[in-house]
Amino acid sequence: MNDITADAKKVLSGAGLQDNVLKDPGTAHIVLDRNKILGMNSVPGLEIDANELDEGMEASITVKENTVIEKTVHLCFGVIPEKGIQRIIMDLRIEPNASISVLSHCVFPNAVDVRHIMKGNIDIAEGGNYSYLEKHVHSGKGGVRVYPQAEISVGKGARFSSVFELLKGRVGLIDIDYQAVCAAEAVLEMTARISGRGNDVIKINERGHLRGEKSRGVLKSNIAVRDSASADIENTMIAEAAYARGHVDCKEIVRDQGKARAVPIVEVRHPRAHITHEAAIGSVDSKQLETLLARGMPEDDAVELIIQGMLR
Amino acid sequence: MGILEIRNITLKLDGSKILDDLSIDFWEGHVHAVVGPNGAGKTTLANTIMGLEGYRNISGDIILEGESIRNLSVDERARRGITLGWQEPARFEGLPLRDYISASSRNPKPGDIEDLLTRVGLSPSDYLDRAVDRTLSGGERKKIELASILAMKPEIAILDEPDSGIDVESLEKIFDAVRILKKQGTTVLLITHSQTVLKQAEHAFLLCCGRLQKKGVVSEIEQYFGDKCIPCDHKNNPDLNEE
Ligand SMILES: Nc1ncnc2c1ncn2[C@@H]1O[C@H](COP(=O)(O)OP(=O)(O)OP(=O)(O)O)[C@@H](O)[C@H]1O
Ligand SMILES: [Mg+2]
Repeated sequence: MNDITADAKKVLSGAGLQDNVLKDPGTAHIVLDRNKILGMNSVPGLEIDANELDEGMEASITVKENTVIEKTVHLCFGVIPEKGIQRIIMDLRIEPNASISVLSHCVFPNAVDVRHIMKGNIDIAEGGNYSYLEKHVHSGKGGVRVYPQAEISVGKGARFSSVFELLKGRVGLIDIDYQAVCAAEAVLEMTARISGRGNDVIKINERGHLRGEKSRGVLKSNIAVRDSASADIENTMIAEAAYARGHVDCKEIVRDQGKARAVPIVEVRHPRAHITHEAAIGSVDSKQLETLLARGMPEDDAVELIIQGMLR
Repeated sequence: MGILEIRNITLKLDGSKILDDLSIDFWEGHVHAVVGPNGAGKTTLANTIMGLEGYRNISGDIILEGESIRNLSVDERARRGITLGWQEPARFEGLPLRDYISASSRNPKPGDIEDLLTRVGLSPSDYLDRAVDRTLSGGERKKIELASILAMKPEIAILDEPDSGIDVESLEKIFDAVRILKKQGTTVLLITHSQTVLKQAEHAFLLCCGRLQKKGVVSEIEQYFGDKCIPCDHKNNPDLNEE
């Protein structure tokens, strides 16, 4: 394991992480500052192969069959200067009945013009379990453009759950493009929680294919847009097998001059499959608001409390 | 003079008169019950006093401590001390119970929220870290609503069917909470069609078809439950809503 350098410390502190988390030999991690791998550690049953690229990093991560990685794996991706491009190409393979939980910290605290491009290929074999949380910390200047893309294959009886969270600093531009295919009895859960301000632009395009019998999927987005921020959510769920169950849920709260659009697309190609969708867009729910008003809270505070809850 | 006076209130919703020239005085520090059959207008009256959206276009007036509050918004009314516990309380995704109750607390002190939860019959260790969301049962949600009202220490608490969804054991806790409110000087309006709840009150008002049919001490109004019949021309009388 490398020593924690000053730059790595900035990445870590931006992510709200103590550097002792990464000093623990039992915690696997990669710390990447733009295209410099500043730290890396693996644990038994987890293979990490990472190489620096001109503008980022290419990594391949494998969790070996029947291995349960006990401690959350930390991936820290930072661009500390005001400008820069960071491109990450990641291949992740969860072998049969293996399990891992990964927390990605994406830290761009000074960004004026930063692009972060992440291309993921995720393959979860039968009975595998992958739980992924991606937390972004951006500057308040709105100069970040983030392009997360992933192709996910969820094998028989496997589970994939992801949460994408961008609540600190300005979004800038985020353009999420995720596609997941589920085999029989697989479970898919993808959640995005994003708060936009200024002229932030939020785009989400997620597609879930429930190919196998009894597969289940939920696509969920909870978004708040304030000032003149905009959000455009197109989430698609397609069920193609008997007893596949899907749900698409979209909540967008709009304040000020914000704009929000949601297109939940649900498609059923088997008479025994079932998909529901729910979209609530606009101001906060009036009963929730009136409840807090009736306790004496000023309206702006009440709206803020409701939004904070929805984004939690 | 009452602390809260409803003066000749008429409210139409979608063209029908839901409250019809209704006048009621509520007395400071007393516990009142408003009873009446389904559809009598009890919830409508509660919403009108609170000034909720859709219940503001009234004729007549609402007087709080001698001043009209007709033109005040919900939060302004609340800051004057009026609050409402909904018949079916709202659920909030992701909002921790602790934040929800603190939102209504006046001068909160450490340990207050735990005390309040215990008072309404919920164990703090089981509930404090939960969200006020759809995973709570109806009865649990009602109890949390009541805890948040206790936290507010209001001048006037309108409790719309405080017993609905509450089991027999917990009912005593709800009544304890009403006693706490009374003890701290809160004027309480219990909206109910339960005789047990009615018995917690000192004065009662019988409403039907948006009109006050009868008022008096609880024993008088209780007859309504005995007779199972109200001396009024009921909804299905076609003339009722005509001018
Ligand atoms: N927005 C509305 N438009 C038209 N009619 C309404 C509206 N809201 C309520 N009503 C009608 O007003 C009447 C009174 O309703 P309200 O909810 O006040 O009754 P309630 O006495 O609280 O009944 P319950 O005991 O069932 O709670 C009912 O007949 C109801 O259908
Ligand atoms: Mg009612």
